[in-house]
Amino acid sequence: MANASSGFVALADSTRRLIFGRLARQPMSVAKLASGWAVTRPAVSQHLKALKTAGLVVDRAEGTRRIYRIDPKGIEAMRTYLDRFWDRALAAFKAVAEEESET
Amino acid sequence: MSQVKPVKKQVFVEASQERAFRVFSEGIDRWWPREHHIGKSPLKRAVIEPRQGGRWYSICEDGSECDVGKVLAWEPPRRLLLAWQITAQWQYDPSFETEVEVTFTAEGSKKTRVDLEHRNLERYSVAADEYRNLVDQPGGWGLTLEKFAEAAKEEQR
Repeated sequence: MANASSGFVALADSTRRLIFGRLARQPMSVAKLASGWAVTRPAVSQHLKALKTAGLVVDRAEGTRRIYRIDPKGIEAMRTYLDRFWDRALAAFKAVAEEESET
Repeated sequence: MSQVKPVKKQVFVEASQERAFRVFSEGIDRWWPREHHIGKSPLKRAVIEPRQGGRWYSICEDGSECDVGKVLAWEPPRRLLLAWQITAQWQYDPSFETEVEVTFTAEGSKKTRVDLEHRNLERYSVAADEYRNLVDQPGGWGLTLEKFAEAAKEEQR
């Protein structure tokens, strides 16, 4: 299971990217997100939790349901993703650049 | 269109300027995060062609190639300017372009400051609008999602 604290890892999962894509189209409840696929409702909830922890989606209560949508400023979600991506990539780059093997 | 703050990063590496530039560019395969990959098949190798106008792409295990972008400026060992052409839908689009500028500044014979700026992110807002238009069309992305759902169902059987 991916580490939910990272937006980068959160979107590395293809099902999560799909959920994110569907939410970009329109806000939806968990039930609606889960309908019509083989992905179960608890699984969708888990994915949403990861996306929410990563700051990519937000939710609000509507009656007894929770409606999810991508960050209102969709660009901010993308920016967050790239920001975390480059942190991770540059840490890996630094490690390789500092290897002793090459002069 | 409103401006979006670029993503800016700075990292100090215990390596010469030449080596830092080389590892970042020609050595990209040695550090590029494997999860960041848009192809269907696992990533085998990441490539930046070492020249202006060169391709930036990845080779998958199945032999297929996925473009990421291209080299806009190749100025070893000081500066590298790349075009990142991956849309918000994680697809390569030659008509979409954001810039990644990486500069390498020697701080000593074995120490280099690396500054990275990923800019033009406001272009993602245009992409988001286009995306919304696209998915609302019959046969658009919505259909692709349904196909994906079908395939996912098949796989679980």
